[in-house]
Amino acid sequence: MKNYFSWFLVLILTTSVGLSNIGNAAEVLVSTDTLSNTPHIRTLAASCAACHGSNGNALHGNAVLAGMEGGQFTAAMLAFKDGSRPATVMHRHAKGLNIDEINLLAAYFSQQKPMSSQQPKPQTLKASHD
Amino acid sequence: MTSFQRRTFIKNSIKTGLVLGATGLAPSVLTACSGLNKQSTKNIGRVVVIGGGYAGLTAAKYMRMWSAGNIEVVVIEKSSQFVSCPLSNLVLGGSKNINDLTFGYDLAQKNHGITWVSDEVTAIDAANKTVVMKRDKLTYDRLIIAPGVDMMYDALPNLEAAQQEVPHAWKAGWQTVNLRKQLEAMPDGGVFVMSVPRAPYRCPPGPYERACQVANYLKAHKPKSKIIVLDANAEITSKKGLFTKVWADMYPSMVDYRPNNIIAEVDIKTKTVKTDFETVTANVLNIIPPQRAGRPARLASVDNADKRWCEVSFITYESTAVPNVHVIGDAIDSNLPKSAHMATNQARICASAVVELMSNRAPDPAPVFANTCYSFVSDKEAMHVATVYRYDANKKIMMAAEGGGVSRKPSVQEGNYAQAWAANIWSDVLT
Repeated sequence: MKNYFSWFLVLILTTSVGLSNIGNAAEVLVSTDTLSNTPHIRTLAASCAACHGSNGNALHGNAVLAGMEGGQFTAAMLAFKDGSRPATVMHRHAKGLNIDEINLLAAYFSQQKPMSSQQPKPQTLKASHD
Repeated sequence: MTSFQRRTFIKNSIKTGLVLGATGLAPSVLTACSGLNKQSTKNIGRVVVIGGGYAGLTAAKYMRMWSAGNIEVVVIEKSSQFVSCPLSNLVLGGSKNINDLTFGYDLAQKNHGITWVSDEVTAIDAANKTVVMKRDKLTYDRLIIAPGVDMMYDALPNLEAAQQEVPHAWKAGWQTVNLRKQLEAMPDGGVFVMSVPRAPYRCPPGPYERACQVANYLKAHKPKSKIIVLDANAEITSKKGLFTKVWADMYPSMVDYRPNNIIAEVDIKTKTVKTDFETVTANVLNIIPPQRAGRPARLASVDNADKRWCEVSFITYESTAVPNVHVIGDAIDSNLPKSAHMATNQARICASAVVELMSNRAPDPAPVFANTCYSFVSDKEAMHVATVYRYDANKKIMMAAEGGGVSRKPSVQEGNYAQAWAANIWSDVLT
């Protein structure tokens, strides 16, 4: 990864197999590649799919996030956040996220393979439907 | 069951071994048809999903993706087609046809190796982790119920059998088409009366968007007509300032909004509605009844919030009443809007948590997701409400983060974004 934020000093909670047994905390260096591939970031990233497609592969002219260079993603989100880039809706999402989440989303999307999303084919409503 | 459904059922049954009954569902058969058998999969259990709407389909797809095919996912759905509620008000306005919003389930099944069962759930035995259907039964390691909503006719019992005359059209399908036809047949100068149930109900801004869509049609074709909105709530429940301005600016003296009006009585024949304050007669009457969690939630006894909605953990969406049973979508008891985007968000948090739990790992203790909801105020112009929601560990609920809010004004640009929203969410959910 070429991103300038490739490394994070984070507090890692080591967990044992049992869910109740959350134990020792340790400060370690972890790459954003590793951190972005967590349940927290994969679900947050997938939350963007309603407008930006599965894994960031958008249809209908919306910005394709899959494979976007991390610095470009972060710069855009920070500009939406501080209002320097005009938006209809993106400023609302950017303001709701913290800088760590923005950086990790950038890493996550930069690792997604750009591909064309499928569109389901419309059908004639059957008489048997409600 | 139509012959088509029967054929599909038999075909799927052969694929999955379902005809042998619940215990005959062999994992090796499932992974063989999953399309994921190139990589080595090891079965870590079976999740049954009841309901193939926005929530259920999304949960099924993402569990397959995030478990790398290691979880068997079986979806039980009684309908053979997916009809989108989002954008269905545009059918009433005339800019969309119901066939633009109707899709098959084939791609989601094929692309992700989801096992499909076309059947209807009749009982849920949580103690024995078994779902009973009309024609078969299935065991599960975890169950996800995505039942949507059922209409409640308790207060107006004569309406239930009169849905041809007075459709709710609050689930997209033939009732939507019926209501559109009634509007087409209404004379110029007619009165369209619609009611809004007390919140919470499916799609908070939906009724007000509907008033805009009907107004858009009437303004162009029957300009002497009127719309009366009888709202059980004290005020417009979503995008209030925007809808008020749209009605005043775009549809002046056409939309008559009347808050605090709970319907007490309906005469089907004369289409006359009585509230505590007034009596109104309609040419076309559209009553949106109060709603509750769909029937499968009741069968599993997970509707533990006032016997109406389902209480869940916002980390796993597991029911607070029944272990190993999760509930997602409009059926849950929460402060979150009952919207399609929200249903998909809950589905993914639930899917991710189920994958982690079944892999003996801890789920994300603090989920965050975003919601964007567009409402069309004409055939081309739309406006949004958008908010990021963040888990609050003290309150144990999802709380709106800072920065959320609504459009300054509706626009054609946001109308295009709303169409793009539909294209992308359909692609994400259905392929």
